[in-house]
Amino acid sequence: MSRCRKMADIGRRQFLRGGAIATSGAAAAVVAPSRAKAAPAAALLEYPSNRLANIADLATNEPLDVSYPDDDAPGVLLKLGQAVEGGTGPDGDIVGFSTVCPHKGYPLAYDAADRTFNCPGHYSRFDPEAGGQQVWGQATQNLPQYTLRVDDNGDIYAEGVDELLYGRLSNVL
Amino acid sequence: MAYKRQIDRLPIIPADAKKHNVTCHYCIVGCGYHAYTWPIKKQGGTGADANAFGVDLSEQQGADAEAWYAPSMYNVVKQDGEDVHLVIKPDQNCVVNSGLGSIRGARMAENRPSEVTGSQQQRLGEPMVWRYGTWQPTSWDDALDLVARVTARVIDQENEDDLFVSMFDHGGSAGGYENTWGTGKLYFESMKVKNCRIHNRPAYNSEVHSTRDMGIGELNYCYEDYQLTDTIFLIGANPLECQTNLFLNHMVPGMRNGAKVVIVDPRRTVTANACEIEAGADNVLHLAIESGTDLALFNTLFTYIADQGWVDQDFISASTFQDGVAQPQNEQHPSALGSFEAARDACRMSLTDGAAICGVAEADIIKAAEWIAKPKDDGSRRKCVSAYEKGIIWGNDNYRTIGGLVNIALATGNIGREGGGVCRLGGHQEGYFRPSDAHVGRPAPYLDDLIIRGQGKVHHIWANDHFKTTLNAVAFKREYNRRTNIVKEAMDARAGATRDEMVDAIVGAIEAGGIFSVNVDIIHTQIGQCAHVILPAVESGEMNLTSMNGERRMRLVEKYMDGPGSAMPDCLIAAGMARHLERVLREEGRDAYADQFKGYDWASEEDAFMDGYNSGNPEVTYERLRAMGNDGVQEPVVGYENDKLVGTKRLYVDGKFDRHGREDKKALFCAGAWRGLQAAGKAAQKSGHAFLINNGRSNINWQNWFLDKDNDFVSDRYPYPFLEINPEDMAELGLKEGDLVEIYNDVGATQAMAYPTPTARRGETFMLFGAPTGTQGNVINAGVNELVLPNYKQTWANIRKISDAPAAVSHMSFKSKEYSSG
Ligand code: SF4
Ligand code: FES
Repeated sequence: MSRCRKMADIGRRQFLRGGAIATSGAAAAVVAPSRAKAAPAAALLEYPSNRLANIADLATNEPLDVSYPDDDAPGVLLKLGQAVEGGTGPDGDIVGFSTVCPHKGYPLAYDAADRTFNCPGHYSRFDPEAGGQQVWGQATQNLPQYTLRVDDNGDIYAEGVDELLYGRLSNVL
Repeated sequence: MAYKRQIDRLPIIPADAKKHNVTCHYCIVGCGYHAYTWPIKKQGGTGADANAFGVDLSEQQGADAEAWYAPSMYNVVKQDGEDVHLVIKPDQNCVVNSGLGSIRGARMAENRPSEVTGSQQQRLGEPMVWRYGTWQPTSWDDALDLVARVTARVIDQENEDDLFVSMFDHGGSAGGYENTWGTGKLYFESMKVKNCRIHNRPAYNSEVHSTRDMGIGELNYCYEDYQLTDTIFLIGANPLECQTNLFLNHMVPGMRNGAKVVIVDPRRTVTANACEIEAGADNVLHLAIESGTDLALFNTLFTYIADQGWVDQDFISASTFQDGVAQPQNEQHPSALGSFEAARDACRMSLTDGAAICGVAEADIIKAAEWIAKPKDDGSRRKCVSAYEKGIIWGNDNYRTIGGLVNIALATGNIGREGGGVCRLGGHQEGYFRPSDAHVGRPAPYLDDLIIRGQGKVHHIWANDHFKTTLNAVAFKREYNRRTNIVKEAMDARAGATRDEMVDAIVGAIEAGGIFSVNVDIIHTQIGQCAHVILPAVESGEMNLTSMNGERRMRLVEKYMDGPGSAMPDCLIAAGMARHLERVLREEGRDAYADQFKGYDWASEEDAFMDGYNSGNPEVTYERLRAMGNDGVQEPVVGYENDKLVGTKRLYVDGKFDRHGREDKKALFCAGAWRGLQAAGKAAQKSGHAFLINNGRSNINWQNWFLDKDNDFVSDRYPYPFLEINPEDMAELGLKEGDLVEIYNDVGATQAMAYPTPTARRGETFMLFGAPTGTQGNVINAGVNELVLPNYKQTWANIRKISDAPAAVSHMSFKSKEYSSG
């Protein structure tokens, strides 16, 4: 996970004030019409179903960089090597998480030794073997985890996220 | 699986939302926040002109962005009777926290009571009176009438000693200048109640008598000093967890500026780990002393520093007492106080002895002395901030130990100067403004022990939960349950009686050994289970509230929502009690006494503020504080110029010390020799049991735990309070992670959940203080110091398994709490 390591280093030196995460996409201003023909809205957010990787791309205990639900939302897929609650795939051991710290948005780095995601911002750490539970830290939510589906070809699709992603007031922008 | 909110979008704050100044009311740091509220059927938009931030919210925001808030920062609450959206988020521009929120403060919104989202439905909304074998809701007038009639029967003008009072003395939370004044005026001005205690200890006393007696107020620096200093000296403190944003926003920049850190703590905390990351392990010295030996360490350091000549002789000559003993040791002073030389003689301890007693290497003591006191090569002062907290406040020999630490700061001239200070870090914010408490006496009555011994007839409790925050708690709970039950049974026996008959029945039960318990709180507490009358209070934000933080920074929290039901600010509850007492006393023909209860015609908390704090600080008003925003003003306020309150950045910059009230304004040194484990029964308990049961707080279980027992995110992390214990100790006890253990000793027993902790030393465990399900106080013996300061920290016990890990903990992570970069 060279990407995360490097960013962790940067994070420690506090170079990350703003703009660390690339931004893109056109602004979609919402202007309510003065006389209402109310726009029907779905009760749930529509998440894209995105193919993130194939099982063959994963090596045990080595996170694979992905993005979901769009390119501005970095995350990882991780094959843990033993089944965990919420794990998917034939061995029930594949999980996917956002790697943006839900505290203040610093990039998390993976420590393969004890299988935790660690934040250089303010030392928070999250346990991918326990649904992303914050082991210790300053975030007020556990790590957002992907809802994953694996098809017959071993392609891994993400189809939802279970917590609000840092830096956006709607998970789908 | 870990708890997830399943929230994937939040309402956007509109550009015209109301914005209120908020200081986080949970811990001493007092971080700045803003509360935004807006009508329930309105929302902002992603366009820059359609939201409060003026930012395009259709884009991903970067790290440290202002324009983001977590689901925990959102709720729907009542404001002037209407449902409104509420977002409480950290203030980027506040000097205290610069936009940082902690795991506690950043959940303020989520921990507000809401009928719409169902949060904090444990909050009390209506007064309740014990009737027909349970608590029945009733009106304020009915409840206060009963309180006044029963209370009036046990007090008279000459003697109010049968009225026992437990009352908070802090700021933040539901304390603050308004509420300490309201309660203080009632009990210390209208009455002269002497049998009282404070929310976290069994007597009404200072936690830091010695520093005050030496002339030095305990909050003398400003947070910026951590960024200007050469060395940060932390004793019995764990600031990353207990003063989080002080650590992150001031201590960490200090380390990045090159400050070294000396940590004195028997336990390796996450603070120690974070300091190593920020300062580099070579610049962090952790002195893992034997529990309770801090004084021996300080006296050794003091001796060594003096012997090396690393003292500020000019400062000692100009600002400290010169002629031997100024205050002899006596019943009020557990140590003599006086000159530098007098203290040096009394405290003398060799490196060899100090190292042996503390269980640390001589070389490490020398290194600490160098980092703390050795002048720089050009002869200039080494700047050192000394910061201490409960590890010594609630530790062995409180008076001498704190005095011994202050000696070092005084000798090196590190008070009142940039990058200096010797300060407690604090728990709650402060907010104390009360009439004199001199009549309480010193040593103050040991209230909880008096209750155990059958004294006290009526007990008024203001936001105290003795059941969780006392020592000798097994005995206390047993007696308190028994004595309040006598009254409950008498009330039950007279169901349907008139008020007069009922008061007679209650008084009869009191005379038969019972105690009548009135509980004022925001939730139904554990001691509240014993109450006969329950009165609901509001918290900060549900009222306007002023407090000051650990650098004496005073702010006004602007009321942004309604309290639940008919709950009221404590100051107005106290005023109501006073008015009812006046009426009842007058009815009884006790006019002269009734007159003492005049002067409570307050319509709002602001009236109470003006009656109290403003009377002593005429420059300070709500309007002026509001204008000072989240940066507020540092007390003492010395003027008002150019539309701004003028405060005081540091105390004692002129080298004149006045906290002891001495005319000469000279500081005193503490001549307190090491005398082993001071409190009764501690040494025997230590030799008779296998484990140290060290105790304290954690990042997530801290000031707001009373709310967090109803918070899913927090309860999910620790369904049971943890006991940190070495894995080899666990193996010997046949324990697996998550197993429940019983901790038992000569005074009681309690329980906790085993959390394997490789950094814990063998035979030294750490459990949480004040846990609702596993009260550590059950195993703390009754021993206190001469001034009735509890010694919670030095506790020893044995441990046995009582259960395999319950299902409730099967999802939990038991990994190390220490950040690792992999
Ligand atoms: S550090 Fe203290 S004051 Fe600041 S947000 Fe956290 S709990 Fe509140
Ligand atoms: S940004 Fe991750 S802990 Fe603060």
